[in-house]
Amino acid sequence: MGLKDKLTELKRNALEEINDAKDLKKINDIRVNLLGKKGPITEVLRGMRDLPKEERPNVGSFANKVRDELSNAISERKERIEIIKTSKRLEEEKLDVTLPGVPVKIGQPHIIMQVIDQIEKLFLGMGYQVVDGPEVEEDHYNFEMMNLPKDHPARDMQDTFYITDKFLMRTQTSPVQARTMEKHDFSKGSLKMISPGKVYRRDTDDATHSHQFHQIEGLVIDKSITMADLKGTLQLIARTVFGKEREIRLRPSYFPFTEPSVEVDVSCFKCGGDGCSVCKQTGWIEVLGAGMVHPNVLKMSGIDADIYGGFAFGLGPDRFAMLKYGVDDIREFYLNDMRFLKQFSQRG
Amino acid sequence: MKISTKWLSDYVNIDVEPQVLAEKIERTAVEVDEVYRLEKGLKKIVVGETLKVEKHPDSDHLRICQVNVGEDEPLQIICGAPNIAAHKKVIVALPNSRIAGNVKIKRGKMRGEVSEGMICALQEIGFVESVVPKKFVDGIYFLPEDAEPGAPVYSYLGMDEDIIDLDVTPNRADMLSMRGTAYELAAIYDKKVTLPRLEIKESKNDNIENYLEIAADSKLASTYLMRIIKNVTIGESPMWLQKRLWNAGIRPLNNVVDVTNYILMDYGQPMHSFDYGKISEKKIIVRLAQPGEVLTTIDEKERKLNSHDIVIADGKGPIALAGTMGGQATGVDNGTTTVALEAAVFNSSLVRKTARRHNLHSEASMRFERGINRATVVEALNTAAQLIADLGNGEIVSGIAEGTKEEAVPVEVSVSLDKINKVLGTSLASTDVEDIFKRLGFGVDVSNAVFNVSVPPRRWDISIAADLIEEVARIYGYDKLPATLPKGELTPGNYNHSQKMIRAARQLLEAAGLTQAISYGLTTAEKAGRFLMQPSETTQLNFPMSSDRTTARMNLVSGLLDDVAYNVARKVDDVALYEQGRVFYRKAGTVRPIEVEHIAGVMTGLFKTATWHEPKVPVDFFLTKGIVEHMLHALGITENISYIQADGHEEMHPGRTADIYVDDEFLGFVGEIHPNLCKEYHIDRTYVFELDLQKIIDMDKQVKSYIPVSKYPAITRDVAMAVDKDVKNSDIIDCIEKNSGNNLAKVELFDVYEGEHIAANLRSLAYKLTYQNKEATLLDEEVTKDFDKVIDKLKEEFNAKIR
Ligand SMILES: [Zn+2]
Repeated sequence: MGLKDKLTELKRNALEEINDAKDLKKINDIRVNLLGKKGPITEVLRGMRDLPKEERPNVGSFANKVRDELSNAISERKERIEIIKTSKRLEEEKLDVTLPGVPVKIGQPHIIMQVIDQIEKLFLGMGYQVVDGPEVEEDHYNFEMMNLPKDHPARDMQDTFYITDKFLMRTQTSPVQARTMEKHDFSKGSLKMISPGKVYRRDTDDATHSHQFHQIEGLVIDKSITMADLKGTLQLIARTVFGKEREIRLRPSYFPFTEPSVEVDVSCFKCGGDGCSVCKQTGWIEVLGAGMVHPNVLKMSGIDADIYGGFAFGLGPDRFAMLKYGVDDIREFYLNDMRFLKQFSQRG
Repeated sequence: MKISTKWLSDYVNIDVEPQVLAEKIERTAVEVDEVYRLEKGLKKIVVGETLKVEKHPDSDHLRICQVNVGEDEPLQIICGAPNIAAHKKVIVALPNSRIAGNVKIKRGKMRGEVSEGMICALQEIGFVESVVPKKFVDGIYFLPEDAEPGAPVYSYLGMDEDIIDLDVTPNRADMLSMRGTAYELAAIYDKKVTLPRLEIKESKNDNIENYLEIAADSKLASTYLMRIIKNVTIGESPMWLQKRLWNAGIRPLNNVVDVTNYILMDYGQPMHSFDYGKISEKKIIVRLAQPGEVLTTIDEKERKLNSHDIVIADGKGPIALAGTMGGQATGVDNGTTTVALEAAVFNSSLVRKTARRHNLHSEASMRFERGINRATVVEALNTAAQLIADLGNGEIVSGIAEGTKEEAVPVEVSVSLDKINKVLGTSLASTDVEDIFKRLGFGVDVSNAVFNVSVPPRRWDISIAADLIEEVARIYGYDKLPATLPKGELTPGNYNHSQKMIRAARQLLEAAGLTQAISYGLTTAEKAGRFLMQPSETTQLNFPMSSDRTTARMNLVSGLLDDVAYNVARKVDDVALYEQGRVFYRKAGTVRPIEVEHIAGVMTGLFKTATWHEPKVPVDFFLTKGIVEHMLHALGITENISYIQADGHEEMHPGRTADIYVDDEFLGFVGEIHPNLCKEYHIDRTYVFELDLQKIIDMDKQVKSYIPVSKYPAITRDVAMAVDKDVKNSDIIDCIEKNSGNNLAKVELFDVYEGEHIAANLRSLAYKLTYQNKEATLLDEEVTKDFDKVIDKLKEEFNAKIR
């Protein structure tokens, strides 16, 4: 048998072996055996020395061709095996992606705090300060500086937890405003503030009353603040909390520390104003009280009421949260049932 | 204040639907509670005439009545009312009618006898019991004798009138009267008011001086007037008066008391009627009560008076509590013939206090508290006297007895057009504003764009320019105001340092898995005083509402434990909450507490429930401590924190509690609740922490500057050692840090073992020490040298057996 025939047979056997190989180890063994220094092709090439000179190039190039063909076949087979291996792995690793993901353990702000945060951000963006004050207040700041002298009939509107004749649990966060007005240096510019916090009333707890709740009061004092500015600001609050479609309306009311005083209604976010159970068929929901700061309040804080004026408003985050989320019992906010608190996890 | 639009139409002609009117009132004046008409929802309720009333054969209390309802044949109706009688005009609910509460009345049988409908009490057709005349409260009502059988009953009873119930704010006491409300509506609708005035006819031959001598203190009553009406026959009031009273929410009583109540509603002027025959010594004295005096009021209660109560006294002693309630002994009854009628203006703050002290808030006291129209006291008194004389066939004694009398004068207030437009943000013209003042019935004089306004006494709420601006704004209409935002210099809006820290702390705990709770700040003295982090007195309410809420909290954990107990009682066993808020510490000898910001957490049950994918994670000490550590670090407290074993907290597990210090500053504690306290709350193992957030806020926190990441590789060494169980991890770490030389970058505990492979009194602790030199590559030999030194030290100090 000539060398060529030998090579041809070698090639046929080798190709068969290559195509039978099932894994990478086998194909590697074949490569080493076939194409290595001790392999059959090298051996054939070594045997060329015994050939007549003129046949050598022919046989030589044939041998190289066989080597290349086999080398290619090995590469292809190797690639093929890898593809099979990968696809087998992928097949085996298939998951039921409908199984639930691992729950993330995260807490969240109390719903009332979410409402407060939202309003704080709105006002910080408009250049207001957020000011805190004491929860145990002096009668002087809680009432008298708010134009509510002792014996004023409007004191009956707010039942108060007194500690002594002089000290009480604040019934509103407006004493913070009185304290801030007293200190503010108007030569350094206007006063724009909100004061959020806890307040207390001498009430029996039931679905709509709580002896503890929250308030955010706002105050702006400058040389040319108008009631139209108040209206625009209130509209902004209503639209921020209850949605950008909302309209507001003002109704006359009475608070000793403002004159004029208004009650503010927002168009019903549930029915859009057509009338439903949330708005008691009126299309409007009462959400806050406001007004132009009473000259007496300014005077008591040492501010010249002929030059300066401003507006004030007060709103209840508890009430906002009740309205917005349909909570029908204010006590839920302070009992802290995990199942209640966890419902308000939506952000943004 | 219940306003009947029918009554109102006597004074001002406003021809709009009651709902529309109510809406207008709400938008312009005061809130409206309700708009209603009593007949609404009722059906087939007619006048009946009882022709015959016979005993029911099978019943002791039922009667069989033949009732003429205007048809050819009378109806047979069974009636159980005790006052049923023949030849009376009664209220009949016909078969298939509807009475109050949407109840349908059907033809039926009662104990075998056919009943074709029902004879009704007032309450059954929608009257509230408090306005039903006393004699009809327990039975059916008798209509006037001229009522037409078969005709609907509504107009006979005033049930066809529209009632608008106003919620009048304290400043608008003028609207606590029909006449005041008429002025207001006339202003809103730009109409004229026409107020009828009753001409008074006095008896010429008898003078008041023969009857009374009054002494009044003007500080107690700025006006105190009386008239005498003699030869009065006490009886029922006519229907027109009764209807007006019950539609205003007042029960008719007799013609004298009814007139005083009518005047109260019409003029807003409270009045009191005395039986003149029972006044001693013809004397009336308005004074403060003397200590020890008592008075039995018409509600038959004996009241102890004090020296802040204004009383009306006669020659013997107090006969009435001024402005709140009359005395029983001098009240008008069926035997009264001479009436002494009082119209006064009492000191509002004293009336308010008396009403509060004796719990005697009434329509009258409310008006004294809020203010009386000084201009109509005499007119109201005269009208009342004339009405009593008319209704009781009496005679008015000539003259008014005067204790004090205050002249009513208009108040002059000025405001400029410029000021009005500047405050409201409007551009109103002078004529617009002038027109508004005129509509309100105010006198107005304009000069140089300044309005000099003369405000009548009925609007005593107006005294300064701002009050006038409010009048202009509401009559002009708040809807017409533009909506703008404050202009002026820009100001930065930022949280201050403390606010930022508080909000950061909240967010850190939320990210760590704790949900924010807001508990009650008031609690019991016992709960307030637990978990105290510094000595403090309690701060207590002087008149608490309930025994659960008497004391300002001095810790947050108590409230959180209440929350846990609430959850656990509702089968929510896994709780992870935190709270941020104030505690109230009070020094002995001071009144006002110091308010300190705290932050606290509570966890019980599972931190993570098992899923198909992961095992459960129960809450434990180290999980809780990890959250605290994380928060402190993230808030910039990174150095010199120590956790000291604390067995001294009564409420805490003595072996599982650590006090937290930064240097020598006590910051708070973390640990497990004592099993005894858990038992009290009916809760399982619970872990808590509480920190003084104020101290954290106030601590110096160095602004971190960037530390370059070392280019040179680190070398680590592990060491595991068996030590006595009492040896604390913190001691070992201290020892390692102190004895490791400059190249030690960090030391971490990575394993703790106690159990069968180690002696019972020992435990094994394993640490990884990381060495790094920032300037050069560390040599293995250097590290080995340092490491060996530490090992020797550990052996020496803790008798550590290296494993
Ligand atoms: Zn609605």
